[in-house]
Amino acid sequence: MATSRFTRKMAQGGAFTVFWLMGATAVLIMLFVVGYIMVQGIPQLNLEFFTTSPRGGLSGDGGIYSTVVTTFYMVVVTLLIATPLGVGAAIYLTEYSEKAESPIVRRLVRIARFGVETLAGVPSIIFGLFGYALFVSALNMGFSIMSASLAGACLIIPVVIRTTEEALKSVPDSYREGSLALGATKWETIRKVILPSALPGISTGILLSAGRIVSETAIFFVTLGGSYRVPHSLMSGGRTMALHVYYLAMETRAFDKAMSTAAVLVALIVLMNLAINLITSRISSKTR
Amino acid sequence: MTSGSRHYAARTGIENTMKTVLLVSALASVLIVLLIFVFTLKEAMPAFREIGFEDMLLGKVWRPGNDQYGILAMIAGSGLVTLGAVAIGVPLALGTAVFLSEIAPGWISGIVRPSVELLAGIPSVVYGLFGMVVLVPLVRTIPAPGNVGFGLLSASIVLAVMVLPTIANVSEFAIRSVPKGYREGSLALGATKWETIARVIVPAARPGIISAVVLGLGRALGETIAMIMVIGNSVVIPSASTGNPLSIFLSRARTLTGNIAVEISYATGVHESALFATGVVLFVLIMLVNSSARFLLKSSISRGGKN
Amino acid sequence: MTEEIRMKAEGYSLFYGEFKALNDISIDIPVNRITAFIGPSGCGKSTFLRSFNRMNDLIPGVTTEGTVFLDGNDISKEDVVDLRRKVGMVFQRPNPFPKSIFDNVAYGPRLHGTRNRSDLAVIVEKSLKAAALWDEVKDDLNKSGLAISGGQQQRLCIARAIAVEPEVILMDEPASALDPVATLKIEELMNELKKNYTIAIVTHNMQQAARVSDYTAFLLTDENRAGNLIEFGPTRQIFTTPSDERTEDYISGRFG
Repeated sequence: MATSRFTRKMAQGGAFTVFWLMGATAVLIMLFVVGYIMVQGIPQLNLEFFTTSPRGGLSGDGGIYSTVVTTFYMVVVTLLIATPLGVGAAIYLTEYSEKAESPIVRRLVRIARFGVETLAGVPSIIFGLFGYALFVSALNMGFSIMSASLAGACLIIPVVIRTTEEALKSVPDSYREGSLALGATKWETIRKVILPSALPGISTGILLSAGRIVSETAIFFVTLGGSYRVPHSLMSGGRTMALHVYYLAMETRAFDKAMSTAAVLVALIVLMNLAINLITSRISSKTR
Repeated sequence: MTSGSRHYAARTGIENTMKTVLLVSALASVLIVLLIFVFTLKEAMPAFREIGFEDMLLGKVWRPGNDQYGILAMIAGSGLVTLGAVAIGVPLALGTAVFLSEIAPGWISGIVRPSVELLAGIPSVVYGLFGMVVLVPLVRTIPAPGNVGFGLLSASIVLAVMVLPTIANVSEFAIRSVPKGYREGSLALGATKWETIARVIVPAARPGIISAVVLGLGRALGETIAMIMVIGNSVVIPSASTGNPLSIFLSRARTLTGNIAVEISYATGVHESALFATGVVLFVLIMLVNSSARFLLKSSISRGGKN
Repeated sequence: MTEEIRMKAEGYSLFYGEFKALNDISIDIPVNRITAFIGPSGCGKSTFLRSFNRMNDLIPGVTTEGTVFLDGNDISKEDVVDLRRKVGMVFQRPNPFPKSIFDNVAYGPRLHGTRNRSDLAVIVEKSLKAAALWDEVKDDLNKSGLAISGGQQQRLCIARAIAVEPEVILMDEPASALDPVATLKIEELMNELKKNYTIAIVTHNMQQAARVSDYTAFLLTDENRAGNLIEFGPTRQIFTTPSDERTEDYISGRFG
């Protein structure tokens, strides 16, 4: 035997050590990045930080109040646009196209699916470019929450579609059959039986989308403008918290404030992820 | 009886209306894609017409003030930073995937997997900030002429961490999907656990792993904000500053995505059109990466036996 | 038993956590013979078979009592990787690797250090011939192991097991996933193989056990759902004049 048992054992030991190191590295990277941001950012967090707006100009003074408001508006408006479209599309793709009637409809469904897949692969800056060309310039909406939400919705729709489809697919067929057998129409079945049952899954998708909107910078960089004021209408521009971090770091160079804002951002995302995990585990324990 | 049939007619009416409404929603995505496609091309046409496709793609100088719109430097920048990210990120991601699926005991997975998920959730601007404040000063300590810390190396490291969760997640799924019979068969032949992983399981998961890497590539090419913040924003083709060819990673650069984002707010006329053209090039690049992946996948599945 | 013994179990019990699945089984596996384990489904025969190459070690929470011996050595004290080379296994569902036929058979020898292509080719040919598969695949050894029929895949798995030159081959319902023609081929193959190897097979098909094996062991679960060895002896004797009433009931189809 050319390769002894010992050599093979050593090879395994070596290989496994490497893999343990890799696992450890992943955890260490996370701790390093998150830890650094938190340690640098949290000490400066106080009530004033959250309740005052940035002073603007070249100074890094002020807090993040206006950015929090802008972020909130952005999430709400984008979700208002994207959720009906996304959920509607998902409902059609799962519930109506199974035993699709005419070949035209079947062709349309295939095109629709292709559209969703392509949309999911578009880099966010292209959405920004599109938003800038269409909403900001051509339709003359300027840098505004409206322009940015419309552009952002393009990013979010595939996410909503995917999660909603999953949620709908996990509803047992027996529910559908039971409802139809009682004489309900398809839409009534969807509205009264399927959607309520799929609600936790759909909420997960919405939370995920909200997280993406909070984190997204490139699209809004190009469609929201950089105003540090509190937006007073849908047509006002503004900064989301993520955008604010960018400006603080790149233009104002106020790294301490940037870290604090980043810390708030990360904390927000962690909370959202926790909420998603909670809902997901509640779903799986119910179906067990 | 009549109220019942009137009620029935109303319900059928609603049913049919909803069907149409929902179909329209489904087609909305297609509409958006078409709109984006049409608009971007339309805005990019002036640049292609006036500057010429070849001059743009192969032009080494990007100086809008001088009517020069060559994006070769940006193509190089995107290409190099993606290469760097893949070189650093793929081994780490694959290693983590194998670790999580085959080696780690349950409670360790409970620490490692959420850590990777958390990395996935951190916004790109925060990664950019971290890169600026921590990585750039670190890289600056490497002795090389012209090294300011900003550049391809810092950007590659940041990008690697950003794509790690995607590649690790999809790879882990691919590895877990390998039929258990393969594992049993290998162990029953007297193979060690490591030999089973290396010679049977990972090769069997190859199609899925390729998909994972391609997904990561796509994300890397599309990343904008983190790149702007650490890559140095230089419109010159990156070059090696010392005798070591690897020092090319110490030069500053600009990505295709960065090119668009940084200049779009003040660009007009042909300049603005050129930025849209950059977008088209970016999009085509990503499509090429995706289709070559599909090709790779098909050939690796059909070869199936020989490895 | 006057025959030479290759493997033996002595007072062997197996537990899944608290639950006793096998109760105090003692049995001899004679050299160059086919020993069949029969019994109704769930009686633990597959579990018992897997004890001979310690595949049960892979299941978390499994503990055992008693000893299993290979050539007089306690297998729990031996290196498990080495053991599995000496005691090979063929599974119920054929599980060829997604590699070429050649690479499937060469897998084991490669592990043990044979690198040279021509050496491997010799081993591959020998093993495929011994598994009665050579003539059917010799023209294209690069074909994927998954691209052949189920019966051929199973013979490929047998060739693969033979290639590492085991002493014992364990077969866990090797033909149950195959059609009757393929099954017959496997049974003929077993008869050939026993000249050089010791074979232990689990089967739920009594007629197969009667056709193929030299010795038969009948297992049954007791009131605590633990598998027990009810009777063991030469096949002819078990099937014509069983000593235990329960054996007779099973053989004559009164249950199972």
